[in-house]
Amino acid sequence: MEISNNQLLRFTTAGSVDDGKSTLIGRLLYDSKSIFEDQLASVTATSSKKGHEGVDLALFTDGLKDEREQGITIDVAYRYFTTPKRKFIIADTPGHIQYTRNMVTGASTANAAVILIDARNGVIEQTKRHSFIASLLNIPHLVVCVNKMDLVEYSEGVFNKITAQFEEFSSKLLMKDVRFIPISALEGDNVVNKSKNMDWYAGGTLLNVLETLHISSDINKIDARFPVQTVLRPQSEEFRDYRGYAGRIASGIYRKGDEVAVLPSGFTSKIKSINTGEVEIEEAFAPMSVALTLEDDIDISRGDMIVKKNNQPEPSQEFDVMLCWLNNDAAKPRAKYVIQHTSNEERAMIKSVVYKVDINSYEREEGDDSLQMNDIARVKIRTTRRLMIDSYRDNRNTGSIILIDEGTNETVAAGMII
Amino acid sequence: MKKYYLNYLDELESEAIYVLREVWAQFENPVILFSGGKDSILVTHLAKKAFYPSKIPFSLLHVDTGHNFPETIAFRDDLVEKLGVKLLVGSVQESIDEGRVQEEKGKNATRNALQITTLLDAIEANKIDCAIGGGRRDEEKARAKERFFSHRDDFGQWDPKNQRPELWNLLNGKYFEGEHFRAFPISNWTEMDVWNYIKRENIQIPSLYFAHQREVVWRNNSWIPVSDFLKLDESEEVFSKKIRFRTLGDITITGGIESDADTLEKIAEEVSTMRKTERGDRSDDKRSETAMEDRKKQGYF
Repeated sequence: MEISNNQLLRFTTAGSVDDGKSTLIGRLLYDSKSIFEDQLASVTATSSKKGHEGVDLALFTDGLKDEREQGITIDVAYRYFTTPKRKFIIADTPGHIQYTRNMVTGASTANAAVILIDARNGVIEQTKRHSFIASLLNIPHLVVCVNKMDLVEYSEGVFNKITAQFEEFSSKLLMKDVRFIPISALEGDNVVNKSKNMDWYAGGTLLNVLETLHISSDINKIDARFPVQTVLRPQSEEFRDYRGYAGRIASGIYRKGDEVAVLPSGFTSKIKSINTGEVEIEEAFAPMSVALTLEDDIDISRGDMIVKKNNQPEPSQEFDVMLCWLNNDAAKPRAKYVIQHTSNEERAMIKSVVYKVDINSYEREEGDDSLQMNDIARVKIRTTRRLMIDSYRDNRNTGSIILIDEGTNETVAAGMII
Repeated sequence: MKKYYLNYLDELESEAIYVLREVWAQFENPVILFSGGKDSILVTHLAKKAFYPSKIPFSLLHVDTGHNFPETIAFRDDLVEKLGVKLLVGSVQESIDEGRVQEEKGKNATRNALQITTLLDAIEANKIDCAIGGGRRDEEKARAKERFFSHRDDFGQWDPKNQRPELWNLLNGKYFEGEHFRAFPISNWTEMDVWNYIKRENIQIPSLYFAHQREVVWRNNSWIPVSDFLKLDESEEVFSKKIRFRTLGDITITGGIESDADTLEKIAEEVSTMRKTERGDRSDDKRSETAMEDRKKQGYF
């Protein structure tokens, strides 16, 4: 299949086993012909062993031994499929309440979130939770699938009622692009193939929507940010004076000759060359991995950021973040953590908790300073040295941080800079 | 107007290069696990791009089962010389001779699982703190759960239920003495992506991937190559077939498929119409439903 000019779309699916999430993914893979014969044979065998009639589509997403035994998803699993229009990566995340951390993980790199609602139950707490996380993580596109339409006689009225319910509560959230699709993952209605049972629905199928979402603008192309990962100093005679700054462009566009500033030092220079591998190019944009050289010899190392002279992030040592606590060990008050921000690493302290958010009611709770697993809170952070930050709303790459506990080396929190 | 977006292959390439550079920046002594298969060749190719004009700053570590295709070894030595990188070899034969592991018995005996001990020994002996692998999440259900940076405890074990969350592009490679990491830069590539990229970049791969005439026997539903290491049953008949291999592992367990695809274009075309997964011809994965998960927990690639 020749899809050389096609884009990559990453999406996350949220919902519990009961919503038919696994069935939906199985249906997408099966109907887009992404299932191989030996996988089908293995799933068919397991289906009949379990006493199912026909093929249980949900089994295609089975993972680890414990997950198969318990019939749940414990950890984010990634699935892949390709159509003539796009390549897709699905971050399949568990929907149970104790697994908020996995949902946040899956959502962090997604262009789109697919949220499942059981047509019989309408909007439930879990729907609100998933929508909140999609909004918090600033996922650009939201696709709400009202599933199990076959169990409500493919009723337009039920679909409209749920759509209205959703719009009402989600008005409190920041969402740019929301679509609604009535589907039956089990029967295959409006997943890959257009349903013959819902003539009243004029929109596209789920696959059709995923294939045509406008994602080129998902990455910030205005504010040029280039975090330096490492410095290339070849030992060969031919490149004796070469000093290249290797990194992945976080946002924006860089061109040869651009006037740039190096942060935090503030020294300025001009871009002399841009390379991807051996090939020299005139301009580069996010999310390309490139090597830059500058006209002047400046002391630059990992953690520094090369930006345009006339568009700079805010160097800051104290800032507010929306923090998701991801670890079983609760946050220790005023304890120090390692903070990772782009390629930079410093030490940080959570100075105070401003408020916690109830992700079911979206209400703020003040006066509770504890941070437990799956808590989401606005906190004040102070770092040992200044970081070159942007707000997460403007820039997902330079607006995000993680905290690492030095006692365990575990990633304990993820934060979005406000 | 100019389009400022990448196609999927460029985006996968950019992501892999980013991960490779993070490995170099965050670890003291990283190596590339090199099997001579297309995935490790691809990782090596990407490393060349990531650090150009510097040389690849990683050594290659080959876990040698002794049951190799001669073509793989020739290819490996040639590539090492061209790139000017150091080659480290962990020998399963030595592990057997030293009594560290026991050879399996019987007709379907393989050295596949024995590699775990040799690999972990080599990691310890060479003080390797990160081993970069060509594992992909689309290969197998246990691999679908892998992180880019995957932690291994001081026994080299993987704990899939207790992995560090990996958010955005922020990779946490911190470890304590005795522990190490595995890094998987091509996690998000599928078999088709790998072939499309190899074709696009015209990357050299061993001749075994192209259709060629070979002596084979029909075993476990695939064509197993006849070699000095294969014990034949009296009932087994040797055929001469035009075959090629979709994956390369031990010569004793790697099954070929009948094929006429003798160019990269034809291979890519053939792979796009394949209806079986590539590991479907690997008898190491057929032993049980959780064969890969079980081996991975112990420290397998």
